[in-house]
Amino acid sequence: MSGNGNGIQRPDFAAIAEWVRPGSRVLDLGCGDGTLLKYLKQQRGTTGYGIEIDDTSILACVRNGVNVIQGDLERGLSGFEDSSFDYVILSQTLQAMKNSERIIKEMLRVGLEGIVTFPNFGYWKNRLQIARGHMPVSDNLPYEWFNTPNVHLCTIADFERFCRERRIRIVERKVLTRGKPVSALPNLLGALAVYHFGS
Amino acid sequence: MRQILEPGDSAGAPGFFIFMGMDENKHTGRSVGIVTPQVARFTEPITLKCGAVIDDYELVFETYGTLNSDRSNAVLVCHALNASHHVAGIYADDPENIGWWDNMIGPGKPVDTNRFFVIGVNNLGGCHGSTGPKSINSRTGKPWGARFPVVTVEDWVKSQTRLADRLGIRQFAAVMGGSLGAMQSLQWTISYPERLRHALVIACTPSLSAQNIAFNEIARQAIITDPDFHGGDYYEHGATPKRGLRVARMVGHVTYLSDDEMANKFGRQLKHGRFNYSFDTEFQIESYLRYQADKFAEYFDANTYLRITKVLDYFDPAFEHGGDLTRALAPARANFLVISFTTDWRFSPERSREIVTALLDNRRDVTYAEIDAPHGHDAFLLDDERYHRLVAAYFDRIGKEIGA
Repeated sequence: MSGNGNGIQRPDFAAIAEWVRPGSRVLDLGCGDGTLLKYLKQQRGTTGYGIEIDDTSILACVRNGVNVIQGDLERGLSGFEDSSFDYVILSQTLQAMKNSERIIKEMLRVGLEGIVTFPNFGYWKNRLQIARGHMPVSDNLPYEWFNTPNVHLCTIADFERFCRERRIRIVERKVLTRGKPVSALPNLLGALAVYHFGS
Repeated sequence: MRQILEPGDSAGAPGFFIFMGMDENKHTGRSVGIVTPQVARFTEPITLKCGAVIDDYELVFETYGTLNSDRSNAVLVCHALNASHHVAGIYADDPENIGWWDNMIGPGKPVDTNRFFVIGVNNLGGCHGSTGPKSINSRTGKPWGARFPVVTVEDWVKSQTRLADRLGIRQFAAVMGGSLGAMQSLQWTISYPERLRHALVIACTPSLSAQNIAFNEIARQAIITDPDFHGGDYYEHGATPKRGLRVARMVGHVTYLSDDEMANKFGRQLKHGRFNYSFDTEFQIESYLRYQADKFAEYFDANTYLRITKVLDYFDPAFEHGGDLTRALAPARANFLVISFTTDWRFSPERSREIVTALLDNRRDVTYAEIDAPHGHDAFLLDDERYHRLVAAYFDRIGKEIGA
């Protein structure tokens, strides 16, 4: 899960940081090079760890001065105690998980609250590309159908139904397009969804 | 020549003894060059975990780099089973004798001796110059032999603090080691939490498994049943239980390598290209094992080997806490870098993850990496770019933290 990319500040980071209470404990799943954790440490004085599978990202985390545990999210969070973090974050990784449902459950076991960000598949540009007969390729979905790690893409409407059916309480939602908040018709006009949820 | 450091001596500039070598290493870093062991003599008795008391003893050690003015850049390197204080560099009179972790420690290497003051020490009970079974017991005037007590990781760490005191080091920037060396760095964080900032715990386990102990017991039995062992007092018989030591080394050596590594290195290669239907060495692996065993039996003391296998067997910080490793590690204050190797079947990644889990439960700062290396347990000693880069990055962080 090197979902956080190459260290460039992502729009969802600021959105996440606004929700995170100062001094809280954070677990960042698929933390990439640790940019988000470093950002939260600087902006919010958080402590915590990242989980990452990729060797290069582990090295980048050490260089970024954040704690990282090498491991495979697909195997769950068995090394972590119940309710041991204030927030468990899954940033742009949900869509690449084989077992999306289990990881959301694990997030709510280990953390008091969860924060998840994902590309909204219902974004009009994606719909348009499909209407033209092709799988969408965009800034948020930069892969072709044959090389994409994304196996569980969903729309804002899908995610909210998923939460509703599992009695997961959505605390807050932010929808962004090119880093700017979207208020009207989010499932159509929003490129990136950021959710804050609890059990 | 050994430099003797008497009690009360101040090692104001221990790096004084080090001469920077000019020979280019194959890595980006260079060798520390020619190094000279020193000896610290201790006259304050040390009480060991088993209850025995050693009245006076010596620890032989080497240092590389320079201790900075606030004495904050010291790194202690703890050795594993058969290694010694000779961690890096070479000896003027023995240029072939390269330190056992020379690829890790030196100018520009992952543990950069331009920034850090690195100490290697031969542990109590060892056979490389520190007081051990083959040393003369001052009470009897004869070699300790069988009467040398069974030491533990805790005892070693305790004796290492005395060396740190002697060198004027209140707090180590880091204590590091692989395998049994890692057990010592872990024990430091429990026994002397305020005396180190970082612990590097590489290819470690929180306790030996039954299988690990079984291998050690085979090694011990090989030595003890050798007719030349004489109950451990072979020195006075002018004998050495070499046959036992050879078998012990062979067993140990097999456990340090992975199946794949042995297959790659030796496979079923034959020395003479055909079966001879004899018990001479036929397969290359046999030849290799015999060669390693002969080499080892020449220089290693059997009594030391016996004791070191017991040191390993007894290590179990959770034991005194009802098996709860989290409680055992509760006193720790250090930040941790824990590294395991995927093909290490002796101390597998699962065992390192137990340590990591206990540290997470204690909310310690910890980074854990699982290096996908083919070499088995011995990987911690070998060149692996991902592994070395990680250690280098971690030490860079430590250096920045302490301004080194």
